[in-house]
Amino acid sequence: MTAIGERLIDGADWDFQKLQHIHDACEEIARTELGLDTYPNQIEVITAEQMLDAYSSAGMPLFYKHWSFGKHFAHHEAFYRKGLMGLAYEIVINSSPCISYLMEENTATMQTLVIAHAAFGHNHFFKNNYLFKQWTDAEGILDYLDFAKSYAAQCEERHGRLAVEQTLDAAHALMSHGIDRYPGKKKLDLRTEEKRAGERRQHEESAFNDLWRTVPTGPAKSAELLSSERRRSLLGLPQENLLYFLEKTAPRLQPWQRELLRIVRHIAQYFYPQSQTKVMNEGTATYVHYRIMNRLHEQGRISDGNFLEFLQSHTNVVFQPDFDDQRFSGFNPYALGFAMMQDIERIVSDPDDEDREWFPEIAGTGDVMAVLRDIWANYRDESFISQFLSPRLMRHLRMFHLHDDPKETAGIKVDAIHDQRGYRRVRRELARQYDVGFIDPNIEVVDVDLAGDRRLMLRHTVVKGARLNETDARRVLQHLADLWSYDVSLVEVDTGDTILKEYVVSPRTLAAAA
Amino acid sequence: MHIVDRRLNPGSKSLENRQRFLRRAKALVQGAVKKSSQDRDIKDVLEGGEVSIPLDGMNEPRFRREGGTRDMVLPGNKKFIEGDWLPRSGEGRGRASEPGEGDGEDAFRFVLTRDEFVDLFLDDLELPDLAKRKLAETDSEGMRRAGYTNSGSPANISVSRTARLALARRVALRRPRPETIAELEAEIADCDEARRIELQAQIESLKSKARRIPYIDPIDIRYRRFETMPKPVAQAVMFCLMDVSGSMSEHMKDLAKRFYMLLYVFLMRRYRHVEIVFIRHTDRAEEVDEDTFFHGPASGGTMVSSALQAMHEIVRSRFRPADWNIYAAQASDGDNSGSDGPAVSRLLTEMILPVSQFFAYLEVGEAGGSTFDMPDSSLWSLYQRLRAEGAPLSMRKVSDRSEIFPVFHDLFQRRRKQEKVAP
Repeated sequence: MTAIGERLIDGADWDFQKLQHIHDACEEIARTELGLDTYPNQIEVITAEQMLDAYSSAGMPLFYKHWSFGKHFAHHEAFYRKGLMGLAYEIVINSSPCISYLMEENTATMQTLVIAHAAFGHNHFFKNNYLFKQWTDAEGILDYLDFAKSYAAQCEERHGRLAVEQTLDAAHALMSHGIDRYPGKKKLDLRTEEKRAGERRQHEESAFNDLWRTVPTGPAKSAELLSSERRRSLLGLPQENLLYFLEKTAPRLQPWQRELLRIVRHIAQYFYPQSQTKVMNEGTATYVHYRIMNRLHEQGRISDGNFLEFLQSHTNVVFQPDFDDQRFSGFNPYALGFAMMQDIERIVSDPDDEDREWFPEIAGTGDVMAVLRDIWANYRDESFISQFLSPRLMRHLRMFHLHDDPKETAGIKVDAIHDQRGYRRVRRELARQYDVGFIDPNIEVVDVDLAGDRRLMLRHTVVKGARLNETDARRVLQHLADLWSYDVSLVEVDTGDTILKEYVVSPRTLAAAA
Repeated sequence: MHIVDRRLNPGSKSLENRQRFLRRAKALVQGAVKKSSQDRDIKDVLEGGEVSIPLDGMNEPRFRREGGTRDMVLPGNKKFIEGDWLPRSGEGRGRASEPGEGDGEDAFRFVLTRDEFVDLFLDDLELPDLAKRKLAETDSEGMRRAGYTNSGSPANISVSRTARLALARRVALRRPRPETIAELEAEIADCDEARRIELQAQIESLKSKARRIPYIDPIDIRYRRFETMPKPVAQAVMFCLMDVSGSMSEHMKDLAKRFYMLLYVFLMRRYRHVEIVFIRHTDRAEEVDEDTFFHGPASGGTMVSSALQAMHEIVRSRFRPADWNIYAAQASDGDNSGSDGPAVSRLLTEMILPVSQFFAYLEVGEAGGSTFDMPDSSLWSLYQRLRAEGAPLSMRKVSDRSEIFPVFHDLFQRRRKQEKVAP
């Protein structure tokens, strides 16, 4: 380990010895000053081509084979070659040990930045955030991917490439609806169900009183309604996890097809927390690297020149163009996240009256890292923004809220701006933009016609008039029907239960059941 | 913490995914390749390059929503206050332009390597069945290394393997090392009598043991083993015959050149080694280099038999039919001196065709002329008569650049077994 005051890096060159020193220096600051709690680190140095490889398989080091990854690779490669796209400096994987990929062409300063960012910032977030704890198994993911890869390969050998490809295509189309959004949902199993029915009967017998018969009840439920209710509860309906439902109940799937659906579902579930915590995750990592780099500079371990290089790329990363700027493409999660973290730091250490009014819980408590660590552990983007976006930051970013109703001919309405009347509305709307409940269409399996033609019935609850794109919906339903092997129908229903549109799709001949 | 250097890992991890993608998109990519090759030079075409295919069939559908009322929060307010109405006219306001993502929607562009490009370009072409007539079967024999054996010719002794076995045997049998003996002998030089006798006995026993256990024993010796294996003839020679008499215009030569190039690329894909022989003729033939072939000036009458004669001599002297696959393509405007007919037909049927895998005749016409208008020339009618008599000839007429690939394609198209290759 290098002593304080001794330079960690010198110029742009680095070697493995230096990486080790950089890591140790960052680790010291991360543990003692920031109090971070991380998985052990594994740092892998890769080339640009390997980085492109990683891009095309969602950043994972190993994945089953599928043409869509090849397509993404070709696409990224074409863009990269034309110079339209730069590559990320790093990719980090939520696993234990936590794997960070560093590009070989980064300079020594960049490697320091990247190690602080990924190996400590992201790593801490992965290990401590409740969503990751709840939904992902960092220890097991690499083994599971390995299993998935060899299982898919085995299936191809045994059942043919085409059959596997068709199943995976279908599963990928439904991937965004292969996620359990709420934990602790248990399927009723038949044995306990039977036991419960028995107990209930016993209770009824022991507490029998003929007098109850004479008490008037409401209008009797028809037998048909009762049986449909029972069927639905046995099938666990309504069910929003379409892949789960197919895996468990599709009548004509082969066991290996069910296993493939399960694999795709598990992987979708593994990525679920990442899509809900983009702002927080990047905000955390950016805040951590900013603190560590500053500290290293104060300790004299990074020269002024290297520090300026760092500041330059840091400001690039947290740049937020205005809405009317050519470069604007939504909020930059790095910028928003980092700004919020810094804002919280300010509120905790040096609040003004407005902060005391808006954030009585944390304003002026003094221990910045304790507050931040608590936030990092217990929030996701939506709840984080709806609770910690301060009026000052809204003013600083000059946020405003637009309401676009296509029926309104006058144009788009400015609904709220960064003023006293608008703060809460702007904040609520921004939080909603990050709420997965609003981002993904709400589609559920509502029923199966078991007695009749076995049609699978889905329902899309339309929110704010946003309907499904018809071409894509038909294609996805086609995949769904192939897996289900009987007709599938989907109705789009608005909040007032009016049916807006109905799709019915029949399976292609024997494609899935082959 | 671990640091792993992955840079040396084998690259192209995603190669298999890429192949799957290409296989899936094959029809689309092939169409794109053909289309992009129409307006480019053959040379450029075969360099590979970027193609663009429609995304249809390659899409990955998801449930997506669109329309409806939208709410958005944006940064960078300059002058709006609550309750303002923004005109909807320009799309720009409030609508985020999405660079990168948006481009991939309707067409999908990516880069093919040279090999991938050529493969797709020539994918549905195949050497005609003719090639299997008799020469393709005369495979020559080759030798291949196949492990070690304990008998063989001294020339094939594998020294390293033998030495290794000998070492193992010496260690196992505890053959005394010469160094040990030398040490003891050194000790003898300065020691007392009793010790000397003891040492001498010891040295004696070690020496006799060393004699009994030879340094290299016959059982250690290993020979490299070879086995014979049939070796397909993996080389081809391509004869380009062209009439360069005054009646051949630059345009006609250009057509011929393009055809030769296609044939060359196609053969390169099938054979490890392809040689080209250029023979140009007027009323006498000569072998020339490529540049002279296409651009050198020449004039005179026309005697096709001279070129065939030259080819026959070159084959006899340099390209043994047993070792070479012989292809020939002849281009001409069809003029031939009337008296040359019998000589041509004799040379072709008796000398050239029996040793050739494939003989194509390309009759090139003047620019602008339609192939249907071209009257049958003297050479054309002669070849047609030969074909009618059963000579395995392929012949086509071409008068425009754009017809070259279709004609070539037509000649080599993959056919079902029963069908005759003859056009």
